Amino acid sequence: MALNGISFAVEKGEIFGIIGPDGAGKTSLFRILTTLLLADSGSASVDGFNVVKDYKQIRNHVGYMPGRFSLYQDLSVQENLEFFATIFNTSIQENYDLVKEIYQQIEPFKTRKAGQLSGGMKQKLALCCALIHKPSVLFLDEPTTGVDAVSRKEFWEMLFRLKAQGITILVSTPYMDEASLCDRVALIQKGSLLSINTPTSIIREFKKPLWSVRADEMFKLMNELKNDPLIESCYPFGQVHHVVFKTQANSKEKLEHLTKQGNYNHVEVKPIEPGIEDCFMALMKE
Amino acid sequence: MEKEKVITAKDLTKRFGDFTAVDKITFDVTKGEIFGFIGANGAGKTTAMRMLCGLSLPTSGEATVAGFDVYKQNEQIKKNIGYMSQRFSLYEDLTIRENIRFYAGIYGLADELIKEKTALLLKQLHMEGQENTLVRAMPLGWRQKLAFSIAIVHDPAIVFLDEPTGGVDPITRREFWGLIYEASEKGITIFVTTHYMDEAEYCNRVSIMVDGRIDALDSPANLMTQYASASMDGVFLQLARKAVRTGD
Repeated sequence: MALNGISFAVEKGEIFGIIGPDGAGKTSLFRILTTLLLADSGSASVDGFNVVKDYKQIRNHVGYMPGRFSLYQDLSVQENLEFFATIFNTSIQENYDLVKEIYQQIEPFKTRKAGQLSGGMKQKLALCCALIHKPSVLFLDEPTTGVDAVSRKEFWEMLFRLKAQGITILVSTPYMDEASLCDRVALIQKGSLLSINTPTSIIREFKKPLWSVRADEMFKLMNELKNDPLIESCYPFGQVHHVVFKTQANSKEKLEHLTKQGNYNHVEVKPIEPGIEDCFMALMKE
Repeated sequence: MEKEKVITAKDLTKRFGDFTAVDKITFDVTKGEIFGFIGANGAGKTTAMRMLCGLSLPTSGEATVAGFDVYKQNEQIKKNIGYMSQRFSLYEDLTIRENIRFYAGIYGLADELIKEKTALLLKQLHMEGQENTLVRAMPLGWRQKLAFSIAIVHDPAIVFLDEPTGGVDPITRREFWGLIYEASEKGITIFVTTHYMDEAEYCNRVSIMVDGRIDALDSPANLMTQYASASMDGVFLQLARKAVRTGD
């Protein structure tokens, strides 16, 4: 089952993130909303139009950037953009304002065939093509997958500028750290929504205190904490482990006791605020 | 005592026409080390990895992998390394058992040993009883864990992992790193690329490539001190923003 009875609403002008790993159902959801796939049951509307009855209107009103590069590889940058403008009965000039900032970055290569562009440039061209008819809603399926950290930041800056122009954006991503950049997010796993809320509210819903622990012997520490009957979860997070106890009383003392017993060196224990990834993992286990 | 070196590279360079993809990189990786190899798209990581795997001849410079020379002994290199990538690793239309059999066979393991390894591997991954499942039917995270175990089925000196956890859910991603630590404790050297900067922090040392060069190489803790950043993400951004080259 790709999607299992999910319900949600996106408000006009917001950046709504669909956050979840591969296989969670993100692409199926986008394909249903962009009228490229029929749902078995349930209903959905986009910009007031029903995804089944009014599919033609939806196709005219939304922009869709699929996860896989889907432009014409043997057309040039400019030809691709002209092609998409033409099939939407518009011209590059008419909506140039909207794409200008992004298009200018690839304009020096406008005669190059799309198939010969670098990954980052392909992505910018695809975004321009999805925007050229001035859509009311923009669907971006994993635009930052496989993209390095610098390009990811730049891409999000482009999204903020589009949002400022009033476009509603649905964006899916497997990167949990991008959740905080969205106005609201839906966490999705195995076809079901785990939670829908603003990033700060999702974090507030994390019920138990979270501890950060580190020592020189990180791997041994993780295995010991994981197997300790007092501990609910222990996950590595970069340089530290994040630990949640089953019962909260004297957590700090317990952690200090455990690390002392194990003869660990350079132990540091401190309480921390959870991030979206902590929340996602806790929700996955529920 | 100096630790055994599993990879040595000195001024390793690869040019394509007038484009220098990898520009005189010099580094060593020691036995059992978890070595992170990061860089922006187009920085030259893949080209460097292909040279170290014996798949592409360097233009100049020197390198040895598992004691073998990258110019003259690339066939021996291939036999002594493991490799897995996010994009391709297992045959989807073969079962779990068939994939193990296939890769172990390619690496020349005897039938008796393949049998033994198959049982051990299924047990470690808690996949007993599922050996006849098609890989296509497995969730991505499980597939990646299986792919990693198969990539080291022949006990290679070193395993190259090219973005092994892309798109994997956060719990499975961490279980995957558990497997990496275990392999490293057994003495297998890990050479890994990733776009997740928290994963860079799990490495013993991290090399950061910018425009074909290695611009930084140290333990995550030292890099964070040196670049006055609380995370590897901050370190990476500072270095990668200097890049002149764009894209891949």
